Amino acid sequence: MKPYLRQQVPKTFADIPEGTAYEAGFLVTKNAGWRNIRPVVAADKCVGCLQCYLYCPDGVISKAGDKVTIDYDFCKGCGICKKMCRFGAIDMEVEK
Amino acid sequence: MSLNAKTLNEDEFFFGHKACAGCGGSLAVRIALKVLGEKAIAVLPAGCMSAVGFNFPQLCFGNNAIISTFAGTASMLTGVEAGLRAQGIHDFHAVGFAGDGGTADIGIQALSGAIDRNDDILYICYDNEAYMNTGIQKSSLTPFGAKTTTTPAGKNIRGNIRPKKNMFEIAAAHGIAYAATASVGYLNDFINKVEKASKIKGTKYIHVIAPCPTGWGTATDETIDFAKEIVDCGLWYLAEYEGGEFILNHQPKEFTDVAQYLKKQSRFAQLTEEDIDTVRNSRDQKWESIQKNYKRI
Repeated sequence: MKPYLRQQVPKTFADIPEGTAYEAGFLVTKNAGWRNIRPVVAADKCVGCLQCYLYCPDGVISKAGDKVTIDYDFCKGCGICKKMCRFGAIDMEVEK
Repeated sequence: MSLNAKTLNEDEFFFGHKACAGCGGSLAVRIALKVLGEKAIAVLPAGCMSAVGFNFPQLCFGNNAIISTFAGTASMLTGVEAGLRAQGIHDFHAVGFAGDGGTADIGIQALSGAIDRNDDILYICYDNEAYMNTGIQKSSLTPFGAKTTTTPAGKNIRGNIRPKKNMFEIAAAHGIAYAATASVGYLNDFINKVEKASKIKGTKYIHVIAPCPTGWGTATDETIDFAKEIVDCGLWYLAEYEGGEFILNHQPKEFTDVAQYLKKQSRFAQLTEEDIDTVRNSRDQKWESIQKNYKRI
């Protein structure tokens, strides 16, 4: 199961379980604010070799048909995907 | 058919975590869990991966995961495996992810005990060559010459004066069922080793090099480059230990320049030519023994 953002976020003590165990894959915050550059995929140059997907430390790149798509909610803008792309299909653009 | 980018499980099991951008350790954990699948039960001691994965209520593991004591990764794995087996559950993998300090310093006794009992567990050490989570202190897997907060660079002593411990050969010396070294720069090799380990009964140990941009003083997009270069320049090697034999998986045709690898990282910036020669000589010595004692495929 892929961890995903929840609508209901625990706010009071009553929302928190008494034990130390809790639901897996429970996300309440995004990582988008960490980024000052963002990877952008040029669809015409992407050949779907998936090396960016394989080497992304955050797992934010996923298959989309025979190309890839990036989840900007959790991308930290490290730039590894751009380095891994032998076809020059990924460019890092400054966040505005 | 061996696993690769196209055939790997598309699901993510380590996602939304708070690791630094460009973290090599989180890549190792993410890929290993994709190979093992949702029936993997992850045990993590104190260290980067537990600090970035469990920030209550933000829990970034999609499978079952638990934090162990710092010294007790392997013993908790033993307990997880024995407990599930007692309940009649067999289709799972007990996998541990510990850093270099949690493996070679603090957790070595529990790991040694687990290997001795030959418990059916997989122990993965992601090696970023210092205690990065607490702000870069030297561990016994910090290489010679590296500057950390506990081995600062001065006029007389330039960083760490001790060589890196060889955890892979220490694990192998137990007569372990399977041990391997890997690097996040060569992920296909790492994927194959995790997959192979998951099918072997007994204790498995995989030591994967995972560069840390924060601690090594490198750019966030260079993580994979350094993980490749450390293998290409001969300071790390891809090998396996199985059935009492050491096997070398990858022989670089010609080593790249050690000085070039070292000079690009700020943790090695203070090294003199003489220090670099020391590193080069210890590399050549290690490879001489590899050529003598390791089988090639």
